Amino acid sequence: MSVLKDAGHLFRFVGIFVVLFLIFLVVRGFVVPKTFGEYGHYRAAAIGEIAANPLHFAGHQACAECHADIVATKAAGAHAHVNCEACHGPLEGHVENPAAVVPVLPNTATLCVRCHEASAARPKGFPQVVAAEHANGVACETCHNPHSPAIGSGSNAGGAQ
Amino acid sequence: MNITRRHVLLLLPAAAVAWKSVLAGTPESAPNYTMTDHWWGMLIDVSKCIGCGNCVRACQAENDVPDGFFRTWVEEYHRTDWHLDRPQVISPDGGKEGFPPVSEDPDGIYFFVPKLCNHCADSPCTQVCPVGATFITPDGVVLIDQKYCMGCGYCVQACPYGCRYIHPTKHVADKCTLCYHRITKGLTTACCEACPTGARQLADLKNPKDPIHEFLRTHTVHILKPDMATGAKVFYNDLDGSVR
Amino acid sequence: MTGVEGYMYPNEIRLYWSILIVLYPYITGLVAGAFILASLERIFRVEAVKPTYRLAMLTALAFLIVAPLPLLFHLGHPERCYEMYFTPHDTSAMAMFGYIYLWYLMAVLLFEIWLDYRREIVLWSQQTTGIKRLIYRILTLGSSNISEGSLRVDEKAGWIVTLVGIPSAVLLHGYVGFIFGSLKANPWWSSPLMPVVFIFSAMVSGIAAVMLLYMALTKMRGQKIDMLCLDTVAKYMFYIFVIDFTLEMLDLVHRIYLADESFRTLDFLVHTKLYFSQIVLQIWLGTVLPLVLLFLVQIVKMPEIARKRIYAFCGALILISVFAMRWNVVIGGQLFSKSFLGYTTYKMALATHEGLLVAIGLILLPLFFLWVLLKLLPPWPEKSAHPALAD
Repeated sequence: MSVLKDAGHLFRFVGIFVVLFLIFLVVRGFVVPKTFGEYGHYRAAAIGEIAANPLHFAGHQACAECHADIVATKAAGAHAHVNCEACHGPLEGHVENPAAVVPVLPNTATLCVRCHEASAARPKGFPQVVAAEHANGVACETCHNPHSPAIGSGSNAGGAQ
Repeated sequence: MNITRRHVLLLLPAAAVAWKSVLAGTPESAPNYTMTDHWWGMLIDVSKCIGCGNCVRACQAENDVPDGFFRTWVEEYHRTDWHLDRPQVISPDGGKEGFPPVSEDPDGIYFFVPKLCNHCADSPCTQVCPVGATFITPDGVVLIDQKYCMGCGYCVQACPYGCRYIHPTKHVADKCTLCYHRITKGLTTACCEACPTGARQLADLKNPKDPIHEFLRTHTVHILKPDMATGAKVFYNDLDGSVR
Repeated sequence: MTGVEGYMYPNEIRLYWSILIVLYPYITGLVAGAFILASLERIFRVEAVKPTYRLAMLTALAFLIVAPLPLLFHLGHPERCYEMYFTPHDTSAMAMFGYIYLWYLMAVLLFEIWLDYRREIVLWSQQTTGIKRLIYRILTLGSSNISEGSLRVDEKAGWIVTLVGIPSAVLLHGYVGFIFGSLKANPWWSSPLMPVVFIFSAMVSGIAAVMLLYMALTKMRGQKIDMLCLDTVAKYMFYIFVIDFTLEMLDLVHRIYLADESFRTLDFLVHTKLYFSQIVLQIWLGTVLPLVLLFLVQIVKMPEIARKRIYAFCGALILISVFAMRWNVVIGGQLFSKSFLGYTTYKMALATHEGLLVAIGLILLPLFFLWVLLKLLPPWPEKSAHPALAD
């Protein structure tokens, strides 16, 4: 009995502990996001938030809806598998509002060499030229239609073969 | 009562709508996307990469990546036949503007290696996050909850591939999301969309019709740093042994 | 791109863990070390170190209060730190920090200090006036029972708390080592020895810090240093330092002998960017020199003044050495590429939220807290001889 009385102050210290712990539990109930733990140890709502990020690249199917002719030209040539936005850049804005967002025509002087300037690091079978010797300053599209680059198909859409 | 009101405040309307679309699927933006039907990864064919940097620029345009940091980047390797374990590697500005042309080396080879988050199935980065701000989704994409991340940087240290960074203005961890906002809408990633040679292919490992399965059966495919046992889901075809 | 040699993955060029993350294990190490010294008297009955007992406890508390601050300043979003408590991730070593820290602060240090000082606190609450009286009144928690029986209870409880405190102190600092040791991505950190090395170096640095504080404070108060106490403290410091050095050398030899794929890169790093901080500062000046001096004190009879000077010199060297060790671990681990193909440079900021000035402030702050604690709870035996506590 007297031991309990003499240990009374210890319970006061432990009491502070217990009170703080209870406050912690209550606050935790309010602060932890509702969807936390729905799928795992994270806020499930974050998945939806990230999925709602805005698009910039529309995707080649969106292009084909209006530009079927160019897609057909492209499909017949060596650039069949090069998507429109690979050269023209991200154009979701154009898809959403074709009148307001007009794509800028890429400059072939810098565009073509990015892929086709000869370098020993590129795969051997990949078509490459030393641009300075090959074109001598003449613009690429003078001879090559970027949508179907084989010579002779230059202005003749769909004529590559 | 209180809790419900707070919950509504937390889930901003736009996010709530998007969340619904992810789960249930709404027309146009996310046609019937169910997370458990997918298990995402990527296939990178080193023998097709021409080092044009299209993927790096596309990623930066799509995802608002800060200058000097990279969610994807391209490396140019140069290794000689004498020093297989000591390749010379460059990646000027992440290969964003391509690489200076090189001439043939009779004693070695040059090649390009695109890199991105491996969306590891057993990722060390999600393991170490103290608060659950980074995680792998049920469809196999490692994401960061940037509203929850404290920016401690532990995940950055834990990634063996150097794919993470602390965003210089948001002060939270950032990295490739595998264009989660695109792939949940049936689109491919920005880097794959912009890749002119098909060196990068988005792959859905849970879809039996995905060409990835045929490819994995018929090619010798590697992952990066297999000794790390991270369950990396970015597969490399024709990968040289010197690549790290 | 400046400061890069060879190839770094582009996201690795900048370091994400700064000098503040160097300070953090350093400060927690001092806490753990000081507590272990205090427990020598309490648990292991090393009566000779008694004059340092209370000082060691207060030092541990002063540093423990500051320990989480470097982490907090370093966070990109310090306002979200509460998430560590509310949604701790069970696979994350770092998530443990919040809980171990609170446990150590509340259940071990505060409790033990309170039990040890309770008799005086009650007396002071009756003798003092004004604001001091109020503070002491609060500290009594409303119990003024200082009967023979209650003090015996305190003594018993304090003993138990110290007993629990030793593994807690080891845990507090061992897990800091684990944070680094468990990262498989980084070969400079990834080692099961890391927590052990951290604990032993922590003990050495904590003992050195308390020893220096004891010498300085005794001198400032114009008192005579208890040489038996000092000799004993130094002896334990020497023994633990020998273990620490052995472990670190074991780690080094192991790495050299294994020579795995990271070895060439790390070896180069140690011989270039880390040469001064690792080889010169940490190993030769900070470890070998004090070990030799402390060894000489053990075997050669020396006059008191020489011993005191050697102890003070060694204590200072040890504090520098352990800081250098933390630096080499934290900063060194980020200077090389995980591709093992290159190196970057750490550019320390000066006046940013994780710059040098903040770091200096954070290392001085515990001394301020200690000063306040010494004013509030003077540890000097002559002012409050506690015969009731001596059994």
